[in-house]
Amino acid sequence: MNWSEFFHMGGYGFYVWGSYGLALLILLLNLYLPLRRRKTVRRLLHEFLRLKEQTR
Amino acid sequence: MHKYASPKFFYTLAGQLTPWMAALTAMLLVAGLYLGLFIAPADYQQGESYRIMFIHVPAAWMSMFIYVCMAGAGAIALVWNVKLFEMFAGNCAPVGASFTFLALVTGSLWGKPMWGTWWAWDARLTSELILFFLYIGYMALEASIDDPRRAARASAILALVGVVNIPVIHFSVEWWNTLHQPASVSKVGTPSIHPSMLAPLLLMALGFTFYFFTVALMRMRNEILERERHTTWVAQLLESKS
Amino acid sequence: MPGFLKAIGCLLRRDLTVALRRSTDVLTPLVFFIIVVSLFPLGLGPEPSVLRTIAPGVIWVAALLATMLSLNRLFANDHADGTLEQMALSPHPLTVLVLTKVAAHWMLTGLPLVLISPLLAVQMNLPESAMGTLILSLLLGTPVLSLLGAVGAALTLGLRGGGVLVSLLVLPLYTPVLIFGAGAVAGVIDGIDIEAHFSLLAAFLALALTLAPWAAAAALRVSLD
Repeated sequence: MNWSEFFHMGGYGFYVWGSYGLALLILLLNLYLPLRRRKTVRRLLHEFLRLKEQTR
Repeated sequence: MHKYASPKFFYTLAGQLTPWMAALTAMLLVAGLYLGLFIAPADYQQGESYRIMFIHVPAAWMSMFIYVCMAGAGAIALVWNVKLFEMFAGNCAPVGASFTFLALVTGSLWGKPMWGTWWAWDARLTSELILFFLYIGYMALEASIDDPRRAARASAILALVGVVNIPVIHFSVEWWNTLHQPASVSKVGTPSIHPSMLAPLLLMALGFTFYFFTVALMRMRNEILERERHTTWVAQLLESKS
Repeated sequence: MPGFLKAIGCLLRRDLTVALRRSTDVLTPLVFFIIVVSLFPLGLGPEPSVLRTIAPGVIWVAALLATMLSLNRLFANDHADGTLEQMALSPHPLTVLVLTKVAAHWMLTGLPLVLISPLLAVQMNLPESAMGTLILSLLLGTPVLSLLGAVGAALTLGLRGGGVLVSLLVLPLYTPVLIFGAGAVAGVIDGIDIEAHFSLLAAFLALALTLAPWAAAAALRVSLD
């Protein structure tokens, strides 16, 4: 397996790896966003429940 | 029907399914990438650049598929008033728009070495562009309405109007393109599909599909927690986890 | 039945009268249409052959934009004074009432565009042979624009940022009408057969007439709840 040829992609390396790279970026981003949101929601809900207990 | 439509039931079910979906996604994508990048031979006409197809075409398929899911779920939510379908519809849009964007950029990256320009008004790309606008409009409408119920129902109507229009738009753009595009450009498109190219294409498409399901489930779980914050089961859940 | 037809006639008359009283609402889109078309020679230079080439597209796009501008007039005023709610509660089907309102709207927005288009065509150096096609294409197309626009206006009723938002929602849906409308005019200049264009425009109109009022009525109910 000639790695340098593989990365070169017959001269089209920029286009091919640009595309695959963007795909990876987008997939990771769309995975990251709900994970981050989950943390935020849990934090907000803990707050909410704590306040609910206090004002009971 | 009621049991399955209960948010609590779905939350638990989604939680169990997500890791499996994620694993399946990873396997399918790795298999697709391996076949597409290492096994499939270079194209006679386009050389190595055609490999962009393994991202571009599945992304384009997903952009369409997700829009249809969005419209279908919205329709069910409108007619039968099932909150879960409302939630699903709303959470489709960002992923769908992402795939549309990916299809557009990879289409441009594929086109540049082939046609010499970064953008060419070919039928497929132009249709994708309009689809992108439809997604943006959907998300803008949902974001502009404060009342979540009105937001969901209005977006559902918009998605239905969109889904009816999409074939019309596609047909119109195809026609418009054959009239204006020189024949040389339309010929250099998808290479005639060799079987060794078909397998990675389908694997990537399936991988993207399960990816979409995984992300949708994750997003819906977040939304359920938030919407159901007044219930005891959510309170208990949070207590047990802290 | 007589009550129903009477209601429609009443609504039509009322909408036309109210709109004509607020004549600026009616004239503004028309003036906008004229201004926008005039901008193109200013931007591109007065070379007649260039203008002739872009004329069908420019006139059509300007018509799209002018229609967009006029859409907030369709429901917003009635919504503000409560008349819209009354219409939704009335025993008459909301779908037909919406269709009536759109008809009144088109008579005062779309139709003037159609009538003034020959003037603009002359400005853009459009050959006389294409004039009839231009008028006919706009005649078939502008009602579709009003009908689709009504759905957008109904969805965005009362929302802040409504005007631009409606454009975002509706302009992508306008593309088929634009393609075949402008295509017909460009086609007749190039001497190709444009029967298909007009068949399609007519088909779009038929489709819009049946589906759009229904979707707009549903959207109104969602917005009014």
